[in-house]
Amino acid sequence: MTAQLKLDAKASAAGGQPLTQKGESLWKDALRRLIRNRAAVIGGIMILILYFFAIFAGVLAPYSYEKQTLTDQNKVPQWLINVFPTMKPYAQVSENYLMGADYVGRDLFSRIVYGARVSLTVALIGPFISLLIGVTYGSISGFFGGRVDNIMMRLVDVLYAFPSLLFIILLMAFFRSTFSKPDPGTFSYALSQADARLGGMLFIFIGIGLTAWETMARLTRGQVLSVREKEFIEAARTIGATNWRIMFRHILPNIVGPLVVAETLAIPGYISTEAFLSFIGLGVNPPTPSWGAMISDGAQVVRTYPNQTLFPALALAITMFAFNFLGDGLRDALDPRLRGTQ
Amino acid sequence: MADLLTVQGLETRFRTREGMVHAVNGVSFALREGETLGIVGESGCGKSVSVLSMLRLIPTPPGKVVAGSAIYQGKDLLKMTDEEIRQIRGSQISMVFQDPMTSFNPVLTIGRQVAEPLEIHQGYNRAMAYERAAEMLNMVGIPRAKERLGDYPHQFSGGMRQRVMIAMALICTPQILIADEPTTALDVTIQAQIVELVKRLRDELGMAIIWITHDLGIIAGLADRVNVMYGGYIIEEAPVKELYTNPQHPYTIGLLNSLPRMDETDHRRLASIDGLPPVLLEKPGYCPFAPRCHLAVERCWNENPSLLRVGDQHTTACWVDPGTGRERQ
Repeated sequence: MTAQLKLDAKASAAGGQPLTQKGESLWKDALRRLIRNRAAVIGGIMILILYFFAIFAGVLAPYSYEKQTLTDQNKVPQWLINVFPTMKPYAQVSENYLMGADYVGRDLFSRIVYGARVSLTVALIGPFISLLIGVTYGSISGFFGGRVDNIMMRLVDVLYAFPSLLFIILLMAFFRSTFSKPDPGTFSYALSQADARLGGMLFIFIGIGLTAWETMARLTRGQVLSVREKEFIEAARTIGATNWRIMFRHILPNIVGPLVVAETLAIPGYISTEAFLSFIGLGVNPPTPSWGAMISDGAQVVRTYPNQTLFPALALAITMFAFNFLGDGLRDALDPRLRGTQ
Repeated sequence: MADLLTVQGLETRFRTREGMVHAVNGVSFALREGETLGIVGESGCGKSVSVLSMLRLIPTPPGKVVAGSAIYQGKDLLKMTDEEIRQIRGSQISMVFQDPMTSFNPVLTIGRQVAEPLEIHQGYNRAMAYERAAEMLNMVGIPRAKERLGDYPHQFSGGMRQRVMIAMALICTPQILIADEPTTALDVTIQAQIVELVKRLRDELGMAIIWITHDLGIIAGLADRVNVMYGGYIIEEAPVKELYTNPQHPYTIGLLNSLPRMDETDHRRLASIDGLPPVLLEKPGYCPFAPRCHLAVERCWNENPSLLRVGDQHTTACWVDPGTGRERQ
């Protein structure tokens, strides 16, 4: 910046352009500060790598995620025995599997790579659904205010009072039983087919979507309420702007920051919800690999073969950390009080 | 010249916890084409609320326009559909606000905001609107207007922002410009520049202006006629020269006495008006200024005066002739 100023000063002394400081939009400014935040950059890079693995799982995974080689049950490579010497007396060694094989002889590493697909899809779809419903609901509530606001927010309060994890569990149980064997041609048949094709993820999305929007709606409403009272909104009215224009052009850009931050910080929650559902057997359908389901399988043999729990758990932890780092970085970068600082 | 806007019996009330506040109590005035009308009065006397009521910009609830009409081009602004009034705002009647610091959206560039009325009302595309916006910024005296379109509001100083605000208000060449204390938040030298700018633009574009202020000094060089408001009523209306040389209402006289004068040689203390502005929780059955008026007679406490003609174009709402101190005949 100083270099730029000096340059400008020189230019103006030479009769050229006068001294100026180039204006930066909120986003450029935020991006600059995000890049300076090492933890956030590491988080972002890890997320990119994870998505790379998820997308190219078919190429990167050495084995199929469902191919069972029953003769290779619970085999472990030598380096794991070195790490966990207690396995030595009973473990069968096979160097074919990087992280070992599970209880039906499937390659753990391949399953973890494929398992990234479920977690990372949830990391995309969860925010999408919760933003779509939450922001729409919250903006209507905040923008129109008064009685509309009161009724809409009381509804959210009621839903909020119900424990969301319990709500999702009930929903999943309901979905699984209602849509288990429907007649072909009905709506529920189409739903269950779509769910089966997605390996059981559709119902997880619906479950998360139905609970995650409430926080978003509250946040959006609060933000809209505060921006709505600003003088520039009144100014926008005096130039004849429609409600739509005021909402989308004047209010939303002012509240995007907090929404993005809140949503990024909520992603680990969605991932852990999916993992938890799969852990208790209400998540993805076997043999679709999900880290939660793998932890659950591995937990049966955690004393004898700790690698079967450890690696999926590590994958889950790293992913959640990465999103948390990125979210923290975004929060700092978009904090209006820090604007313009280095 | 023909009347461009006729306001009749405008009444606006606000529901508050303390009760119903009668902010505007039957305000009537007319604005002629190309004329500059000043509305003067102290804080809370209903200046802003009357013009906001006219444009239906009063937040409802708690506010409500309960009576009156505002005829513009043969149609009552107060009875139009929301869509019709929206089409008028910004294209035919536009406004400049008091505080240029908070009247711009901080996340949008100046170019987008100045060009916005064109996009709304005249269907300009972005490029055409920007070109026009640059012309307009140039006209209000922003140097290097084209380059500055991409700047954000925080990169402009207060005076510059007020210029931009005026550019934005005038970009659709409206018939009426309402300036709601546009110079109050600016320092004195900038105030003078803004007043000069508005005068120049008025001569070039020929719009009528309603200039709301509590500064009689600014009005003197700018307005053709002046309405003085007190307690939600217009209490005196006169051509600007007449008002300054021959004020007929004790409140106006008090206001003028409270101003320092350039031509004064003896160093008197500035006079102030005793008492406080009225709380408008009920419509008084007496003259709202009576409690503070040193000329008040019995009639002032029994009957609220309406505007009485005292000169050619001069009306005042006072029972007493301040020249003689006795009740008017």
